[in-house]
Amino acid sequence: MAKSHDVRRYPGFMAITILCLVILYAPLLVVAVYSFNASPSITIWEGVSLRWYVDVFTGPESAKFREAAWNSFIIAITAATTATAIATLAATAVLRSGRFRLRTFSLGLISLPLMVPEIVTAVATLIFFNAIAIERGLLTILLAHIAFCIPFAYMPISARMQGIEASYEQAAMDLYATKRQAFTRILMPLMMPGIVSGFLLAFIISLDDFIITNFVKGAGVETLPTAIFGAVKQGIKPNIMAISTLLLLVSIVLVALSWLIGRRDQARGR
Amino acid sequence: MAGGGATGGSVQADTYREARTWLLLPAWLVLGILTLAPLTIMLVYSFLTKDFRGGVVWDFSLAAYDQFFFDRGLFGDDPPRIEWTYIGIFWRSIWQAGLATLLSLAVGFPTAYFIATRPERERALWVFLVTIPYWVNLLIRTVSMRFLLRNEGPLNDGLMAIGVISEPLAIVNTNLAVQLGLFYSYLPFMVLPIYAAVERYNFALSEAAADLYAPRWTVLRRILLPAVRPGIVAGCILVFVPSLGSFLAPDLLGGARNFMIGSLIEEQFKGNAGNWPFGAAASMILLTLVLILLMVLARQSRKGEA
Amino acid sequence: MPQDRDIAIDVRDAVKRYGTFTALKRISLSIRDNEFFTLLGPSGCGKTTLLRMIAGFEEVTEGTIYLYGQEIDRLPPHKRPVNTVFQNYALFPHMDVLENVGFGLEMLGKSRAEARARAGDVLEMVQLSQFASRMPYQLSGGQQQRVALARALAPRPRVLLLDEPLSALDLKLRKAMQVELKHLQRETGITFIFVTHDQEEALTMSDRIAVMSEGELQQLGEAREIYERPRNVFVADFIGDTNLMEVTVDRIAGGRAQCHLGGGHKLTCDAVEGIGAGARVHMSLRPERLFLSARPVEEESLSGTVREMIYIGTDITTVVDLADGPQFTVRSSNSTRGNARVFEPGAKVAVNMEPGAARLLVD
Repeated sequence: MAKSHDVRRYPGFMAITILCLVILYAPLLVVAVYSFNASPSITIWEGVSLRWYVDVFTGPESAKFREAAWNSFIIAITAATTATAIATLAATAVLRSGRFRLRTFSLGLISLPLMVPEIVTAVATLIFFNAIAIERGLLTILLAHIAFCIPFAYMPISARMQGIEASYEQAAMDLYATKRQAFTRILMPLMMPGIVSGFLLAFIISLDDFIITNFVKGAGVETLPTAIFGAVKQGIKPNIMAISTLLLLVSIVLVALSWLIGRRDQARGR
Repeated sequence: MAGGGATGGSVQADTYREARTWLLLPAWLVLGILTLAPLTIMLVYSFLTKDFRGGVVWDFSLAAYDQFFFDRGLFGDDPPRIEWTYIGIFWRSIWQAGLATLLSLAVGFPTAYFIATRPERERALWVFLVTIPYWVNLLIRTVSMRFLLRNEGPLNDGLMAIGVISEPLAIVNTNLAVQLGLFYSYLPFMVLPIYAAVERYNFALSEAAADLYAPRWTVLRRILLPAVRPGIVAGCILVFVPSLGSFLAPDLLGGARNFMIGSLIEEQFKGNAGNWPFGAAASMILLTLVLILLMVLARQSRKGEA
Repeated sequence: MPQDRDIAIDVRDAVKRYGTFTALKRISLSIRDNEFFTLLGPSGCGKTTLLRMIAGFEEVTEGTIYLYGQEIDRLPPHKRPVNTVFQNYALFPHMDVLENVGFGLEMLGKSRAEARARAGDVLEMVQLSQFASRMPYQLSGGQQQRVALARALAPRPRVLLLDEPLSALDLKLRKAMQVELKHLQRETGITFIFVTHDQEEALTMSDRIAVMSEGELQQLGEAREIYERPRNVFVADFIGDTNLMEVTVDRIAGGRAQCHLGGGHKLTCDAVEGIGAGARVHMSLRPERLFLSARPVEEESLSGTVREMIYIGTDITTVVDLADGPQFTVRSSNSTRGNARVFEPGAKVAVNMEPGAARLLVD
């Protein structure tokens, strides 16, 4: 009876929220728990062990996964860096260079990878590389990743820039800074939290990608997701669960990092 | 996130007016060459003739679209009848994606609403909790789902242990598994835009309706839902569009019988057995469907605001 | 148990706590049938909380609320025959004016046609008939205000609650709406409970006013009573401008209290219950009840020097330093008739009091 007057409250909504979180976390938790299973079977529980984590780094498939992980890492770092730089420049033009005819077009172009279903982008990119006769391999994966990472880097950067008043740069220029100095000394430092979250977002997206990579990678070139997919096709094995748990950890650490940066920044009141 | 597009934001200044072209050039070049050009070439490829070792022969042909829509018999000389195979796959995909969207809405709306009505300092944490799974690799999430749902998996084991069922439920390799997988893949996309809309919602409207004798659920239906409709529409797009073209959930959870558009397209480019023009044509049809959907909804929301 | 037909709302020992914070500290008050009643106080005084408790948006922690003798504090808002005009109107953005106004009737089970007809009548009453098919965002602030009013009046509530409904309007419009609200209240015969922090607004419109501060009722009475006979320092200070002086009561005789100010100036005023001889208390002197002259006109005139003369259009305000300390503000009407005399800074003047200008206050 208490609080029942509160018109904001709907009975059952809290239960559904908790159900929602259970659905979201249950599969991940189950896999994380089973990655510590001592048994080579994924069905029978035989006690806690780290053997599959050892297997990931030293086992028969370790060389394959290590190479795939390295490829993923190199591609994610390069693609995220490039995409973040491109997005920062583009956001500056879109938000800080007045109105212009190609503004809507530019915005549309930047958000295009978000509107096109991923499988279509994958097909189009594959066909494109085929048409211009580029050998498929690490380079084609990297190029494709740069393109679809741009909108993800752009979103937090643009949101951040909208929160920074132009008067800071105008004050700098009033104090004899050139435009270039106003950009590098004033705008960029203020933009840093947005740029960092843009980079992290792009990094995770690149690390995460399977469909597009699967289409544009050459034979024998693997990233972690394609390698895992290949292995899963043979059946889910405990070492896959160990790798998954490690990747899960990486994602959570990166997201938590980006969240904390945002919070600290907010707490400072910008 | 996906499908929503980058919002314009307002033009705040023209400080870097002279440098505009140079600032935009990298984005134009990269996206123009790696996104716009490929889509155009894909359109061209869909009108070419297939090569038997994969790839295309540069001869104009309508064969890909013809194969998609018409059945001309084994030797191609029967009078054309409608070919239901591929339309059926598209239809099933739309159906599956639609059900997954409804499921996401049914769970996502109460969740988003609940989070948006928490005290302000708690909200960020709740949103964070809902978004973490999204940042975990989609492949891993889908594999985890398969692991959880499979016949000898923890879900069935658990249910049998507490005696709810005596035989394992065969969930994997059914339509239900695909819907659950899609729902699981994109649920945060449903929650976030609705959360944003409810957070902006003026709760005095709910109070006013209650004050004017509307019971709780009438307030929800008559006042709250219409007011947060843009958030609901955005959430549905963000779940529906990626679900429609998804590949992993049907492939890993649905098995061979629960083919969706994504798998159909993927097959056309696998090894030497595929048919590139047909895959390009199927992609074009999917892209067209999605763009029409987005345009209709964009026009509707503009009408709603006017 | 109050059964009095003449009592519209009876609040008994109402307490509201949020965790450890107490927003309302045991308030009891009765609002009469068919009166224009105002809850007045600074922000955070609990007036809106009390209103929301009557509407049903806030639960009472302790105490009871009766509506015409019937206990309503456990009813959800949609079961209470009271309606609210919200501060920012809360018009439903996706419904046109007629739908907004007809909403309550529809919820009460009236047919759509009936609701529309009645809504049309109410719109006519607030002179908005020609805007029936507009959407809320197509209306000006003043028009939105009237729609909100019409919407709350349409179901013919027993009591109408108004939560600072005029605060978003500009001064001119606000003045016009004050008159119109008062007029509507008389015309409909509905009890109005009006919340405001604007004392002038409260004085203009109300039959009775409850002054609140820090979750407590400071004084309840008719407008004139509150202004002329404030009970304590808070009320005297919050309602209108006043000169607050610390005085010592010397003697009480024949219903009069003889006091002296810090510098020894003697003043006599009506005695107040609860203040005896020897007490050091505050005295309120309304600036418009004081007048200046070049020479003392009575025994208790105070002499001083003009420090500042401020022209404020309708009035002229003169600040006077008394010979030994306290400062007085005197206000005189800016007219050539009567006693208006303008004194320039530096002039020696006498401050004189109309009968009843001084009032002793409990703290």
